[in-house]
Amino acid sequence: MSDSLYAQWLALACGAFLLAGVLVLWRRDLAAIVRLFALQGVALGAMVVVLGLRQGSVHLVAVAVGVGALRAGLLPYLMRRALDTPRPGGETAADEARETRPLVNVATSLLAAAVLALVAYAVSQPIVRLSPDPATRAVPVALTVLLVGFFVLVTRRRALSQVVGFLLIDNAITATAFLTTSGVPLVVELGVSLDVLLAVLVLQVLTTRMRAAFGGTDLDELRELHD
Amino acid sequence: MTLLVGAPVLLPLLAGCLYAVLGWRPATAWLGAVAAAGSLAASIALAAVTAEGPRQALGGLLRADSLSAFMLIVIGAVSLLAMLASPAHLAAESAIGHAGPRAARRYGVFTQGFIAAMALAVLAASLGVLWVAVEATTILTAFLVGHRRTREATEAAWKYVVICSVGIALALLGVVLLHYAGLNTRAGLHAEAGVAAGAGLDWAVLAGNAAALDPGVTRMAVALLVLGFGAKAGLAPMNAWLPDAHGQAPAPVSALMSGVLLSVAFYAILRVKVISDAALGVGFARTLLLVAALGSLAVAAALLIAQRDYKRMLAYSSIEHMGLLALGAAIGGRLALMAVLLHILGHGLAKSVLFLSAGHINLAAGSSRIAAVRGLARRAPLLAGAFGLGLAAVLGLPPFSLFASMIGIVRAGFGSGAGAAVGWATAIALVPLLVVFAAVARHAGRMLLGSPQAAEAAEVSEVPEVLGVPGVLGVPEVPGVPEPGDRAGAVRLPRTAAVPLVAGLAAAAVLGVWTGPLRPLLETAATIAGVTP
Repeated sequence: MSDSLYAQWLALACGAFLLAGVLVLWRRDLAAIVRLFALQGVALGAMVVVLGLRQGSVHLVAVAVGVGALRAGLLPYLMRRALDTPRPGGETAADEARETRPLVNVATSLLAAAVLALVAYAVSQPIVRLSPDPATRAVPVALTVLLVGFFVLVTRRRALSQVVGFLLIDNAITATAFLTTSGVPLVVELGVSLDVLLAVLVLQVLTTRMRAAFGGTDLDELRELHD
Repeated sequence: MTLLVGAPVLLPLLAGCLYAVLGWRPATAWLGAVAAAGSLAASIALAAVTAEGPRQALGGLLRADSLSAFMLIVIGAVSLLAMLASPAHLAAESAIGHAGPRAARRYGVFTQGFIAAMALAVLAASLGVLWVAVEATTILTAFLVGHRRTREATEAAWKYVVICSVGIALALLGVVLLHYAGLNTRAGLHAEAGVAAGAGLDWAVLAGNAAALDPGVTRMAVALLVLGFGAKAGLAPMNAWLPDAHGQAPAPVSALMSGVLLSVAFYAILRVKVISDAALGVGFARTLLLVAALGSLAVAAALLIAQRDYKRMLAYSSIEHMGLLALGAAIGGRLALMAVLLHILGHGLAKSVLFLSAGHINLAAGSSRIAAVRGLARRAPLLAGAFGLGLAAVLGLPPFSLFASMIGIVRAGFGSGAGAAVGWATAIALVPLLVVFAAVARHAGRMLLGSPQAAEAAEVSEVPEVLGVPGVLGVPEVPGVPEPGDRAGAVRLPRTAAVPLVAGLAAAAVLGVWTGPLRPLLETAATIAGVTP
């Protein structure tokens, strides 16, 4: 793969990765948010495939397929199931499936994403400086998604939105790992993937229990415990 | 050797599998305790073996040195106490209809998996595997925290999983950046160390070549690692999950979480600090840890003053002690680290006794509100004695080992080697410590002394809305516990439940006056953790 072609494909994959992350802030429909998350998983997988082709590493391409299958297939599937679980009365389905009352409205969220991107570029300077090549130059993109994930986590009030926020953070860290070092050692990568998968499963079960106990998944209802 | 190094992970794993197959029944109830005793024995043997140097197993995936061996002994001791208390706890829970056979089986599987994950964390040779094991503890304990399925339990479990997973995700970013720094060193770390693939995250290799790491990237990595593992260790600023989770989990699980899980996460910080000190000088990690320490102490003191729930009181006391550990680690040097390690062990023992007795008090009083418990000393002398002595231990009163270790940390802080800033920080830290002392002593006095009838009057006037909750007003709901009226509601403790309480307190007291064979282990472990370039 020639230099310019490599840089272009990598930029395309990273651009899609970033766009999917930022668009999560734009949509309020939870099903659409899950679709965007799956799209981001595809972009992440493509990014790793490009890196693997560049290095001529079959191993890395195989890892890319695994990463893509987990993040574009299995995790979105689990989230869809959490969304579709029949609920015992209470809130209407339409109300449950939307982010009805985010703490920060959509327009402001998108502006915040721009600010977060600036912060990510500033913060990642030492990382880019250490080994400047096309892949590490894309690290600010991953860190932007990380900060957007945090933003989703603290401003969105649905249980599923928080799961998406957590997974955006995790996608961003995985992207950082592949962009900087072609990934952490395989044992660690497998362990991390398993942990993330199980964490989402646990959160899915807890979402179901939350519906049973609180009659909905609005996190503002969680205020039994305080000092 | 592989078997000995792997035993602390394998034994609980095996017990967990047996629980999965056989379920929790009278014949298997003590399996967890047997596994914990076996792990403890293996850890002691490992401590003897590693005195001469670190041992590897599983092709370099696991490594045990004196520090790991010491942490394994703490894990073994606390899990032995928790597992000895588990049969009585589950019997009492099922007697009031809180735990069926399925819940008991799940309890067996998850607690054993939890203990195995903690053992794996301290044995891991790679920071990546250490991370995986610490995150696994979050997942394994999530359902234990939420086992009651009430609103409170679900909320606690949700907060616990989200805050801990996100916090620990920061640590993963730190691991990734450290890996990056390790692969792009100035002196070419990889060629020099000749490490095999997959060893790029080995903390011994990283620490050995730390001088060649890029300072900019390493600084980011260390900050993220301390923040991330600090979230799991209950250090400020990400400690919001801790009181909720500790308050809702079953008593033996709270004992394990407070007694060892926090310290295992803190162990990760100690390992990171060794790398950071060698790469960036002692100042960077020290500043981070001092901020975390003073923040945690302040949070604990502020929320203990008006605390109304005794389980949350114990949880905030754990935050306080984690703050103390962070202070000790920030001070650095062998003496401070020896005190820190002794403090980890003493706190683990005393706090598990406290959580276990709090579990019994909760069963007897039917509420975890301080106001619901009055005159415990008269109704249940043994339980009140264990709870009172445990509180005396965590407040740092002699003869318990926490007295010696707290004095050790403070003395090291005022010592000449650490510098004026550390001295000032230690002096400032004494203020929240005194506040905590006064607050906890006052709450303890109310719970242990006074007449039982006062509880009912206080409860009715203070919180009319909880009247619907069964068991409130201090009226015992547990069959076998007599009604108030005959001997003013005396609470009898089953004999198997009393053993771990007495054993834990006795161990903490003995350690306070005589460390004996533990002393050389403490010295070598502290040298490893407190190594300064």
